[in-house]
Amino acid sequence: MRSTPDYYSDVQLFRGRRSWVKLAVLLAVLAILPLILPGYRIFTFNYMAIFVIVGLGMNILVGDTGQVSLGHAGFLAIGAFTTVLMMTEVGAPFLLALPVGGLVTALFGFLLGLPALRLQGPYLAIVTLGFGLAVTQIIGHWELFGGHMGLVVPTATLGPISLSGDVSKYYLIVGTALVLALCARNLSVTRVGRAFRAIRDSEIAAATMGVNVAYYKTLSFALSAAFTGTGGGLLAITTGFISPGDFHFLLSLMFLAMVVFGGLGSIPGAVLGSIAMGYLNLEMDAFEELPLLGPVLESFSDGFMSSAGLPNVGWVVTGLLIVLTILIEPKGLHGLWIRLGKIVGRGGMDTDAATGALAGAGASSSSPGSASAGPGGPPAGGN
Amino acid sequence: MLAQVIAGGLSAGSIYALVALALVITYKTTEVPNFAQGEMAMVSAFVAYILMTDYQTGFFVAFSVALVFAFVLGIGFEAVILRRVRNPTHLSVLVVTLGFQLALFGLAGWKWGAEQRQFPFPVSANEVIRVGDVSVSTLGVATILISVVLMVGVFAFFRFTKLGVAMQATQQDSMAARINGVPTRRVVGLTFGISSVIGAVAALLMAPVITLDTTLMWDPLLKGFAAAVLGGLNTPVGAVLGGYLLGLVENLFGAYISVEFKSAVAFLMIILVLCFRPSGLFGRHRTRKV
Repeated sequence: MRSTPDYYSDVQLFRGRRSWVKLAVLLAVLAILPLILPGYRIFTFNYMAIFVIVGLGMNILVGDTGQVSLGHAGFLAIGAFTTVLMMTEVGAPFLLALPVGGLVTALFGFLLGLPALRLQGPYLAIVTLGFGLAVTQIIGHWELFGGHMGLVVPTATLGPISLSGDVSKYYLIVGTALVLALCARNLSVTRVGRAFRAIRDSEIAAATMGVNVAYYKTLSFALSAAFTGTGGGLLAITTGFISPGDFHFLLSLMFLAMVVFGGLGSIPGAVLGSIAMGYLNLEMDAFEELPLLGPVLESFSDGFMSSAGLPNVGWVVTGLLIVLTILIEPKGLHGLWIRLGKIVGRGGMDTDAATGALAGAGASSSSPGSASAGPGGPPAGGN
Repeated sequence: MLAQVIAGGLSAGSIYALVALALVITYKTTEVPNFAQGEMAMVSAFVAYILMTDYQTGFFVAFSVALVFAFVLGIGFEAVILRRVRNPTHLSVLVVTLGFQLALFGLAGWKWGAEQRQFPFPVSANEVIRVGDVSVSTLGVATILISVVLMVGVFAFFRFTKLGVAMQATQQDSMAARINGVPTRRVVGLTFGISSVIGAVAALLMAPVITLDTTLMWDPLLKGFAAAVLGGLNTPVGAVLGGYLLGLVENLFGAYISVEFKSAVAFLMIILVLCFRPSGLFGRHRTRKV
C-alpha cells in the first residue's frame, strides 16, 4: 500500500517511473499500430479515437461536475461545421480551423451552461436535449451549412503534409486524443477538477467552501464542449462529409452511455467506454459480418425479428449496457476494475499493459469519487 | 385564419398535454423523469397495429389489448428495472430510463424496421368538420375530446377514489403514507402503469396523424417533456396547461413567423421560461434542505 499522497504528489501528471514506462509502451504500441493493421481498420481506430475525445469531454461534465447533458451531438455538430466552414469559407489552414472549431463550441458550451446555473436534474436534461435538437434543425435549414444535404469536407493539410490517407489522420487524431487525455487528467487532479467534484458532491457545500459555483459550472460546460467540438472537427476530416442528420439525438445518448458504461468520473473508464461505444456505433451497419456472432444474429433476425432491422441491435446493446451498468455496477468498468483489484490484489494491475498505461497516464485512480474506495482502490503506478 | 391556427394548436396541444400528464404523475411520485415513456407508448401502438392488421381484430379489441399491454409494461418497467436501481440519484434514474428507451427503440426497430405504416383508426384524419370558417379533421376533434375526457377522468380518479388519494399521499410524502398504511410500493407500480396507459392513448391518437414507425413518439415525448417543464414538473394541472400552451404557441409561431423553425420554438420557450421561473410557470419552487 502506498502512503497517502500529499498535495504535490497528487497533482503531478506522472507519478513515479512506472507510469512513464507505461506511457512509453502505450505510445510505442499506438505508433506501430497503423503499420501492422489492415487499411480499413485504421479508419475504425480513428473513429474510436474521436469517440475517446468526446468521452473525455463528457466525463468532465457528467462524471466530474455531475451535470447531465443529452445534447452533446449538438456540440459535435458545431465543432464539425465550424471547422469545415473555416476551411472552405475563410480559407484557414486546418491547424487553425480545428482550434477555432473547438473555441466556438466552447462558447456555445458556456452559453448552454448559463441556464444550467439555475436548473437541475430533469430540467437540465430537457434543456440540453432541446439544445442538441435545435442545433441540427438550425444547421439543416441554413444554406451556409449546406442545408439537409450537408457539406463535403476538403482535404486538410498540415503545412506540407496532406491528410488524405487514413494513416496520416490516424497520427493526428490519436495524437490529439492522447494530448487531450493528459489535459483531462491534469485538469482532474488540480484545482479546477477538485472544484468540479465539489460541485458534483454538493453545490451548497462547495459554495460554502468558497468555490465559485457559477464560474466552475459554466467552465465545465465550456471545457466539455471544447473537447467535443475538437472531436467534431476531427470527425469531419475523417468521414469527409458532414450533414445535420449525422448528429442525431441517439448519438447524444450514446455519448452519455460511454461515460456511464466506462464509469462516471474515471478517465480510463471514459476512454474504454468510448472505445467500446465507438466500435459498436461503427459496426452497427454490418452486424452480420461479425465473426461467430454475425450468423447467429442473422438467422435470429430472419426467424423472429426482421433482417432489415438488424442494425438496431446496436441500440439494444447500448440500452441494455446502460441499464445493466446502473443496476449491477453503477461505477461501470471503473468499478469492475476496482472490484477486480480487490479480488486479485495488486497483481491485477499489471495484467493488461495497454489499459494499465492508460490508467497510469490517465487517472492513477485519484478521482475522489473512487478514492473513497480507499487505498485498496486500483493501485496507482507504484511509488 | 387565427381561429384555424388555434384549433390546430389545441389538437396538437392535446397530445402534448397527455404525454406531459403521463410524465408528471410518475415524476411527482418517484422523481423519475421517464424518458422511456415515449417508446413504451410506441410499442403499445405497434401492439394495436399488429392485432388489427395481422389478426384482423376490431378497433375496440386492438385498442383495449394495447392499453392493457401498456399498463403491464409500465408496471413491469418499474418492478424489474427502476426499483432495482441501487442508491438512486437524479442522474442514475434518468440514465436508466434513457437506457430502457434505447433498448425498446432498438428492439422495436429490429422487429418492425424503419418502414412507415398506415395506422387504421375509426375516424379519419382527412375528413373535415367545418364550423364557420374553421375546418378541423374529425380526428382532430376526436383527439381533443378524448384527451379532455381522459384527463378529467384522471383528475377525478386522483381526487375521488381511495387509490387515487393513496397515490397523492405517496406523491406528497412517501414515508408518511407508508406509516399510515398505504402500500407505497404497489402504489408506485400502479402509478407507472397508469402513466404508461395515458402515454399509450397519446400514441394511439398520434399514429393515425403521422404514420406509424419506431420514431412515432420522439417528437410528442420531447414536446410533452417541454410542456411539463414549462408548466412545472410537479403540478399535473400545470403540465396539462403547459401542453396546450405549447401547442398553441408552436402553431402560432409556425403560422405567422416561420414554419421551418416551428419545432425549435418549444425549446426556446422553455429556456426562456426556466431562466425566470426554474420550476416552470405553475410549479412551486421546492427548496431542498442541505
